[in-house]
Amino acid sequence: MGSNWPLLSLLIWLPVLGGFATLAFGRERADGARWFSLLVALAVLLLSLPLYTGHDAASAAMQFVERAPWVPSFDIFYHLGVDGISIALILLTTLCTVLVIIGAWRSVEERVHQYLAAFLILEGMMIGVFAAMDAMLFYVFFEAMLIPMFIIIGVWGGPRRVYASLKFFLYTFLGSIFMLVGLIYLYLKGGSFALADLYQLPLGATEQTWLFFAFLAGFAIKVPMFPVHTWLPDAHVEAPTGGSVILAAIMLKIGGYGFIRFSLPITPDAGQEWAWLMIALSLVAVVYVGMVALVQADMKKLIAYSSVAHMGFVTLGTFIVFALVARPEGADAARLGLQGAMVQMVSHGLISGAMFSCVGVLYDRMHTRMIKDYGGVVNTMPWFAALWVFFSMANSGLPGTSGFVGEFMVILASFQYSPVVALLAALTLIIGAGYSLWLVKRVIFGAVANENVAQLKDVNPREALVLGVFALGVLALGVYPKPLTDLMDASIAQLVQQLLASKL
Amino acid sequence: MITAADIVPLAPEIFLLGATCALLLIDLFLSDQRRGLVHFLALLTLAGTAILAARAGFDPAADTTAFGGMFVRDVMADALKVFICVITGAAFVYAKPYLQDRDLFKGEFYVLCLTCVLGMLVMVSAGNLVTAYLGLELQALSAYALVALHRDNRLASEAGMKYFVLGSLASGMLLYGMSMLYGATGTLDLAVLHEASAQAADRTLLLFGVVFIVVGIAFKFGAAPFHMWIPDVYHGAPTAITLFIGSAPKIAAFGLAYRLLVDGTGMLDEEWRIMIGWLAALSLVIGNVVAIAQTNLKRMLAYSTVSHVGFLFLGLAAGTAAGYAAAMFYAITYALMSTAAFAAIILLSRRGFEAEEIDDFRGLNRRHPWYALLVLLVMFSLAGVPPLVGFWSKLVVLQAAIQGDLLWLAIVAIVFAVIGAYYYLRVVKVMYFDAPTEDTLPGKRDPQLKLLLTANALLLLVLGLFWAPLIELCERALGV
Repeated sequence: MGSNWPLLSLLIWLPVLGGFATLAFGRERADGARWFSLLVALAVLLLSLPLYTGHDAASAAMQFVERAPWVPSFDIFYHLGVDGISIALILLTTLCTVLVIIGAWRSVEERVHQYLAAFLILEGMMIGVFAAMDAMLFYVFFEAMLIPMFIIIGVWGGPRRVYASLKFFLYTFLGSIFMLVGLIYLYLKGGSFALADLYQLPLGATEQTWLFFAFLAGFAIKVPMFPVHTWLPDAHVEAPTGGSVILAAIMLKIGGYGFIRFSLPITPDAGQEWAWLMIALSLVAVVYVGMVALVQADMKKLIAYSSVAHMGFVTLGTFIVFALVARPEGADAARLGLQGAMVQMVSHGLISGAMFSCVGVLYDRMHTRMIKDYGGVVNTMPWFAALWVFFSMANSGLPGTSGFVGEFMVILASFQYSPVVALLAALTLIIGAGYSLWLVKRVIFGAVANENVAQLKDVNPREALVLGVFALGVLALGVYPKPLTDLMDASIAQLVQQLLASKL
Repeated sequence: MITAADIVPLAPEIFLLGATCALLLIDLFLSDQRRGLVHFLALLTLAGTAILAARAGFDPAADTTAFGGMFVRDVMADALKVFICVITGAAFVYAKPYLQDRDLFKGEFYVLCLTCVLGMLVMVSAGNLVTAYLGLELQALSAYALVALHRDNRLASEAGMKYFVLGSLASGMLLYGMSMLYGATGTLDLAVLHEASAQAADRTLLLFGVVFIVVGIAFKFGAAPFHMWIPDVYHGAPTAITLFIGSAPKIAAFGLAYRLLVDGTGMLDEEWRIMIGWLAALSLVIGNVVAIAQTNLKRMLAYSTVSHVGFLFLGLAAGTAAGYAAAMFYAITYALMSTAAFAAIILLSRRGFEAEEIDDFRGLNRRHPWYALLVLLVMFSLAGVPPLVGFWSKLVVLQAAIQGDLLWLAIVAIVFAVIGAYYYLRVVKVMYFDAPTEDTLPGKRDPQLKLLLTANALLLLVLGLFWAPLIELCERALGV
């Protein structure tokens, strides 16, 4: 636990205040805004490291807790705390924000200060989501996050940005507002918004089902699960590079995190009952959406659909748990499934962030995302090609990269439930390799396609730094995932214990 | 026999009346150049009234009645009066540059507004059907005249006329309902009526009375299907006056509704809760759907008012003290948001140009990022996105509705809240995503207006982060 100063509050509010301060730089001092926001993001990254070092991995209890009354008459508390699961995602957030700011250094020239400010404010909100221990506080951060993202997509996005940003906002708003009704219901029933109290609250079977679907509405759209994933390709394609990176790397994870924090422990019996549906939808995402990715003509759209497919693994690992804990000796496999889902979240955060950054690198040079406009990039950009190939391999789940670890754990867990489910899930290794490598073949390899490709320049040091950090992360997690799994082990074991106890 | 005990509770009203009369006289002796003095004195009057209203420190122990129960002074009345005065004061500051540009900067504006405020104060303190009606008519008649203040303007005259005709009809309904209540119970006193309505022999007559009362209240709020006057009046009236009649009177209307429905016919709440619930559902549907089709910002905000009234009615329909506190919170926060939204129109308007089309906000972010940010805060607050206060006001009424077994209504409300979010987002979209046109320039750069708009919009954020004091005040006012 260590320090006595409010580390989590600092992590949330430093970027938010830094964001507003960045606005003050104005249009004329763009470089000042760049350096300042980078400084803030680096400071936040450094401040987030003590979470890892100061965290007691043996304990599943919430750590670095801060608690103050916020609205006493409604029992809403400003209650922060983190466990292994949150810490992993907070570290991912702080790292990605730094990379996004570096990545935008020269590729965003229009209203830079506002762009950077939006990302810093967004970072604060996202850390808040991962650190909130009060359901209402969680909801506030969960929703407030939409405002900067709406602006990011709408102002710096592509040609259909208005449509994409509105669709993004309204879709997620619709989902989360059902969750709000669920939270109010829980509050009226239990008299508390504290997550720890909601975990203890006994609930009837019908109530649980309604609540389960209320949470599902909120989180399934965020993840996004099939069939409510349609906002994602639009948002991803139209968002600027940084927006796509944050969207894929962190915002989607908030859906998965929500399942783990809310759906699983609050409505375990309903989860048990509806696990078949969730598993089925996850498999559809993995197989069907994976195939949809195959036929895309737009690189960003392809990666967006691949994100949906990979997030299918996260939901599969999360909900297969219900099928497993029901059987004797299933607890170990259940832990494996959840571990796999979490590793997959972190890994997909790094890989998809890297893939979108790669597309950003190409887009800055060619101003097109269409696959047919490329070909033979390896001839002019050898370093870039090497990195792209590496990330594509990771995306298709090559052993030795982080992409393999999470998928393997989830497949292993699902095998103990049903070999058929495991087989379907394992299809992703083929389909994923299909769309990732075919993309590589069409964009990177072959003869130089046209004049524009012939004039491409290889990655500059700044881009190399961003992609290099992503690559290091992917490789490190792939070779030695133990620090990450150790970090989350205690929390996940406790979660499985919670699932074993019925709330009826 | 009138005693000091009767006079003292009326101190804010008496002060306001006296000051308004004095202002009317002073105005006669002022030249046009020195009209600013009236503005200053009017603000001073409101400040004095607010201080007198707040003098008991919102202590429930200080509740009294005067004139044999005609007039009630309690925490709710005091709190509503303070907010009515504060918001009217803001409306004066916002209105000044607008009126000056259009040669409407006259003493009449202030005198009419202040009598309107007097009517509102009487309304929220009504302890008797007659007091309630008196306050309502004083408020309404001043408002009719205000809407038609720009008498050479065809739209404004038309709006004034429409407002007058429909408003009189609604007043008639209300009066008719009151007469039925009197017929059924034999009393005009709300407290006595409350007791008597429980044992009234003729329940049918009583219920008919309640129906007409609800219609009258719905009209004053602008709840669907009695909302027809809202878009035309909001659109036709000069923006400065729309700002005024769109904000403070909603707070007063809440006070009136509480006095008549809860204080007066609280025993019949089983019946009127159903009516209010359906009015809420209709308002949410009509307000939000029709607002999408508007291209004129004033009309859009008018329909948005209808939908917000639907939300406010959710709290009333819950029929619990917590629900009324939620509705009161909603009325106050809505008035704050609505003033800021209309103030943004005033900011961008100038002589000969009304920035009332949504397209007039095109590209505001490139020209004036600060104002764009402020309008963004206002719009997201109206849409109910946290951390702005508009979210909390929706949360408290939703919670009250669910607690009052109105889950269906809560679901209707949230679905239409999402639909409603679209048109607020469209304003943000126009400001941030579109390229500017020639006209996207703030008009008269009145420093007070800019400062107050900044404070007003930031208040929505600050209240969103620290809303505990306000909701606690509302809860204390209603004895939660």
